[in-house]
Amino acid sequence: MPNESSAPLFNIQIDGVWHQVPKGTRVIEACARIGVFVPRYCYHKKLSSPGNCRMCLIEMGFPRLGPDRKPERGSDGKPIINWIPRPQISCAQDVSEGMAVRTNSPLVKECQRGVMEFLLINHPLDCPICDQAGECRLQEFSVDFGNSKSRFLENKVKKPKNVVLGPRVTLDDERCILCSRCIRFCQEIAHDDVLGFVDRGSYTVLTAHSGKRLENNYSLNTVDICPVGALTSTDFRFKMRVWFLKETKSICTSCATGCNTIIGTREDVIYRQTPRENDHVNSCWMCDYGRLNFKFLEAENRLLEPQIRSDGKLIAADWPAAISEASLQLKQFTGNEIAIVASGRMTNEELWLTSQLAKSLGVQWIDIVPRREPGDDILLSEDRNPNTNGARLILGSTSEPGAKLMAIAEAVKSGEIKALVMLKENAMHLGMPVEQLAQLPVFIVMNILAYEATQKATVVLPACGFAEKRGSMINGKGRLQRLNRAARPPGNARDDWEILRDLLQAVGGGDSLSSSDDVFRRISETVPHFAGLSVSKIGDLGVHILRMKELPPTHPRDEKAIAQAVAIQARRRAVGRKVHEARKALGVRRD
Amino acid sequence: MAITVPRPKLNWRERLYMPAIVAGLAITFKHFKNMLLGRTKVTMQYPEQKWDSSLPDHYRGAPALVRDEDGRVRCVACQLCEFICPPRAIKIVSGEIPSKDRFAKVEKYPEAFDIDMIRCIFCGMCEEVCPEQAIFLRKDYAITGFTRADMVHHKEKLLEIGGVMHGVVLKWNEKK
Repeated sequence: MPNESSAPLFNIQIDGVWHQVPKGTRVIEACARIGVFVPRYCYHKKLSSPGNCRMCLIEMGFPRLGPDRKPERGSDGKPIINWIPRPQISCAQDVSEGMAVRTNSPLVKECQRGVMEFLLINHPLDCPICDQAGECRLQEFSVDFGNSKSRFLENKVKKPKNVVLGPRVTLDDERCILCSRCIRFCQEIAHDDVLGFVDRGSYTVLTAHSGKRLENNYSLNTVDICPVGALTSTDFRFKMRVWFLKETKSICTSCATGCNTIIGTREDVIYRQTPRENDHVNSCWMCDYGRLNFKFLEAENRLLEPQIRSDGKLIAADWPAAISEASLQLKQFTGNEIAIVASGRMTNEELWLTSQLAKSLGVQWIDIVPRREPGDDILLSEDRNPNTNGARLILGSTSEPGAKLMAIAEAVKSGEIKALVMLKENAMHLGMPVEQLAQLPVFIVMNILAYEATQKATVVLPACGFAEKRGSMINGKGRLQRLNRAARPPGNARDDWEILRDLLQAVGGGDSLSSSDDVFRRISETVPHFAGLSVSKIGDLGVHILRMKELPPTHPRDEKAIAQAVAIQARRRAVGRKVHEARKALGVRRD
Repeated sequence: MAITVPRPKLNWRERLYMPAIVAGLAITFKHFKNMLLGRTKVTMQYPEQKWDSSLPDHYRGAPALVRDEDGRVRCVACQLCEFICPPRAIKIVSGEIPSKDRFAKVEKYPEAFDIDMIRCIFCGMCEEVCPEQAIFLRKDYAITGFTRADMVHHKEKLLEIGGVMHGVVLKWNEKK
């Protein structure tokens, strides 16, 4: 797409009406701009146009030029059009001055019907089992542009079914209509050229290069752009029909990129996440890691009930009891004996309530857990916390988020800190043995899942995951984006902001806040970057609020502390992986 | 707008009323006589007697899953019946047929198929919407149970009611 403001406008005639479109626009896009839909299979606006499906055929013409090379005008003063006698594809042609197109003439309709008939010749009639049914372009266009009956009497061509292309993608070659979108995606976006067509004519099949697999971290995008059910997600395959899914617009919280997503749920069960177009953030794509990172919400070790330690054991309690117990425990100590470890996975609202909690308790020791892993130069960010920037703006710390964590760990070890509040983080990230955490007189945990250290807590507060709450986060490039609730939390787990608000009120610091939007309003009043904003003003595509270039560079001392914290996590992950592999080798199941 | 209904003009015989009363009483006495002679039967002694044999072909009883001549459960868990079911009586969990299976080509089957017969309204939409000719309304009408759980027909029960269906389209053969 050309730069709209600078490109000169061309006059083009679409279905008899003249319009102005910027230079460099493809004809198919020009038609879309004025609300005329041209059917297409191979064309995708973010990929190149090979023009191989022939579905977007239209009639095209140019003004007749007189001897003076000027367009000749008819009696109505409009240029006379010389129509090209055969149909043209609209996806690979840019607009030009005076161009005319017809998208609904008898010839175009006949072409569309013919193309549909060819595409359906060998296509299996297995819509009842096909995962694409309901969002299948072939189904839709067959109704809109095709015939109701097949004239094909011969046997259909047999092709491989259930082909495992990679760890996450399964291919059904019979359903493939050879549009080559997936091939182009792998070449142009994922830079991992593994797919291609082999054999000829009606025996052409899509396959991976011999000895290679479609296993790059963006492989599941090929499933999204596949217009039919040929490429299927191994994870989602046969799980749920798409028309049952409630679609909630949200964002991915697996790294600082914050790809815009649609979460598909049915009756509070999440079935899939798909990318949502946002040209400021993720274009039309998202990585497989983020896309599949929602299973933990249904894990076995999900915390379902608030718990209070009594006589050395954790006993299930109700919410008012757990909150008042937590506040009583905290009030025993002065501010400099308490440490709060928050999380870069919390929303701005939750972080703000955390900072208020710290303020009302007089806590100085407050920070988040830094989380860094190798990223790539497509979408995946090195910073795996989705809201580091939110912590930077809201927690009010002068150092880089995460830089104080090791100092907090040292203070816990030395006994200087007597009460530790872990919010949405595993206390093992502090890098000390569980026994040492068990020594703490007060150890309050608010989290989604139970870990080893959770057993040593004095109060456990079960909270919500990213798909279960509404809120806002600031991505790595400073864009404020919105999360929406797609599912209700299981058991007695509660929205994080409510837990924090109640805790804040119980320690005597809060006033009435009745929704997370109220909290956001309070942030917009106190944090300058948020001034004038509200949750509804963020919109589905987000607002840019923070210029990353204007931030001061990170102090080397902070860098070192963060690297240290990250190294602890990496070590723990490596051990976890080894244990997992050993278990797998022995054939021991986790549960 | 009010409509004026014209009263019928009665002739002198009709105005007497007596002939009509006599004719009516004659019918009453005819039935009375037939009753005394045991010729008329009014009440069917259900459940000792049942009307099963006289149910019409289009009767809509309990929905059931059928197998075809090959013994395959025809349902492929497309969930269209679950979608169309007005009282939401149907719950399906789908599964994948392993590649070694005889019917591996079909790929998908219902791992669980529950119809809550308390909810079912016998409307027959499931049968109508089924693209696989897998679910039919049979002639069973006396669906009973002691608990709510009893009233849920699981897959086994549905297949038991359904039995084998002959003459259905075999679309999953190798040629198609």
